[in-house]
Amino acid sequence: MSALTQSTPAAASTEAAPEKELRPPSYWPFVVPALVVVLAIIIFPWVFTIWMSLNEWKIGSPTTFVGFSNYLRLTSDPRFLEAVGHTLVYTVLSVVLPLILGTLSAVVFHQNFAGRGFLRGVFIMPMMATPVAIALVWTMMFHPQLGVLNYLLSLVGIPAQLWVFHPTTVIPSLVLVETWQWTPLVMLIVLGGLAAIPTEPYESAQIDGASFWQVFRFITLPLIMPFLFIAGMIRMIDAVKSFDIIFAITQGGPGSASETINIYLYSVAFTYYDLGYGSAIAVVFFLLIVLLAAVMLHTRQRMLWTEIASGA
Amino acid sequence: MTSRQIVGRIGLWLSVFVIVSPAILFFLWMISLSLKFEVDNAAYPPVFFPDRIAWKNYADVLASNRFLTYFTNSLIVTGSATALALLVGVPAGYGIARMAAHKSAIVILIARITPGLSYLIPLFLLFQWLGLLGTLVPQIIIHLVVTVPIVIWIMIGYFETTPMELEEAALIDGAGRWQVFRHVALPIAKPGIAVAFILAVIFSWNNFVFGIVLAGRETRTLPVAVYNMISFDQLSWGPLAAAALIVTFPVLLLTVLAQRQIVAGLTAGAVKGG
Repeated sequence: MSALTQSTPAAASTEAAPEKELRPPSYWPFVVPALVVVLAIIIFPWVFTIWMSLNEWKIGSPTTFVGFSNYLRLTSDPRFLEAVGHTLVYTVLSVVLPLILGTLSAVVFHQNFAGRGFLRGVFIMPMMATPVAIALVWTMMFHPQLGVLNYLLSLVGIPAQLWVFHPTTVIPSLVLVETWQWTPLVMLIVLGGLAAIPTEPYESAQIDGASFWQVFRFITLPLIMPFLFIAGMIRMIDAVKSFDIIFAITQGGPGSASETINIYLYSVAFTYYDLGYGSAIAVVFFLLIVLLAAVMLHTRQRMLWTEIASGA
Repeated sequence: MTSRQIVGRIGLWLSVFVIVSPAILFFLWMISLSLKFEVDNAAYPPVFFPDRIAWKNYADVLASNRFLTYFTNSLIVTGSATALALLVGVPAGYGIARMAAHKSAIVILIARITPGLSYLIPLFLLFQWLGLLGTLVPQIIIHLVVTVPIVIWIMIGYFETTPMELEEAALIDGAGRWQVFRHVALPIAKPGIAVAFILAVIFSWNNFVFGIVLAGRETRTLPVAVYNMISFDQLSWGPLAAAALIVTFPVLLLTVLAQRQIVAGLTAGAVKGG
């Protein structure tokens, strides 16, 4: 072994074990550049945001330390509270609908048919396409007089809708876009899950003469549950933060009917330049996402326990 | 084939048709909008196949001298942010995978959960103090928020699956760990790097929120430029749709050409940042 004569000047670590390679070499030098970048663009902004949230910080006026008063202000800000409500409705719908449609699509894409690869490529185009470009075309399609959606509705005898131009239909309409855009992601994750399922349960089910629905309900669904959960989690994180589609189509309107936390955060920080208050919103927003994730994890755990309990 | 199988086959094709048509019809309609004159775009009932094709919509968008600026901006921002991310992210993914430092993935997770706007507030101030606003540098730096976590995440996953035997053999033969990385690990990891590259490019190219805050008139990227077109000429749908299609065309092309890599990368759990 030539380890004795070997010297690596770049590595400052001293864990060279001359006789035998007991410990693996240090890999820290590989990580350091990325660590610097992550510190600068992820950790530093976070620390700074927390600091700013404790200050009255507006562009053009001196900053003063105000403690938690920005956070207190949030609790009595009707526009913020309303935005929380909009965000929750938007998120729940934008998780549930893609989960259902994505699972159904995955079951179809799990079959063998000609052109499957190509069609899968087409199917995932909505989520890869530039959101602003997509939003622009949806805006035209939503147009009450000239939009193609109302024309399609008229073909099946449904009266024209105002879509994103009316307070009660704006969130469902935006969810329609979000669902169209992100169902493919759920499909891909569930498809991965389906591919991992062993074939034995299906063979025995076939012998027992189970129906398609029974097979899906009692074999497929339980086995893909972990994948559905992951898909739901990712979907939740993205839906809560959804910005491009909402901002480009409605900017939170009409009025503030589709103003989610993220859109409100944008207005506070970059329309009113109230950076201290904006930072407080950012912190609370982040905590809300963590909370939602925790609730989902907890529910998942409980479901697991119930499954075990009922299975015993 | 039994009749039951035939029915099954028809059912399958019908389902395929139903689930793929929202995507297909949308993009066909987008193309249709972009190729029509205003008369046809403002017609009711809508015209799907126009008698006269308005190539002029595309010519107008491409000919405007600003478009070239914005296209170049997008290329520079996405290109630099992706190149820098690969430069620091590929070795980092290697290091983390080999050290089995799974806890460090928490930082990636935090980056994944954090709303893009939370990075913008402090970094916006920082760039202002540094006098960088008005150049492309702030956008390149902030796009790293999107690209670096994607690259690290995918590379950790990839290096974890590549065999260690070759690397160990090289180490025993006296190669330095940097040499091992450069000549053994890196060549094997090429497919993983391709996945990381493609996803970083797409999500950086598509990014909108960083641009609307940080971009000035001269430093807009394409998504921001298209958004600004909405507010200014709301009524001419043809050129707008043409611009939208031009902006998203490179991404769509990449999606169809590299769908295998994209699917692999996305299901590895790394999905868009920011």
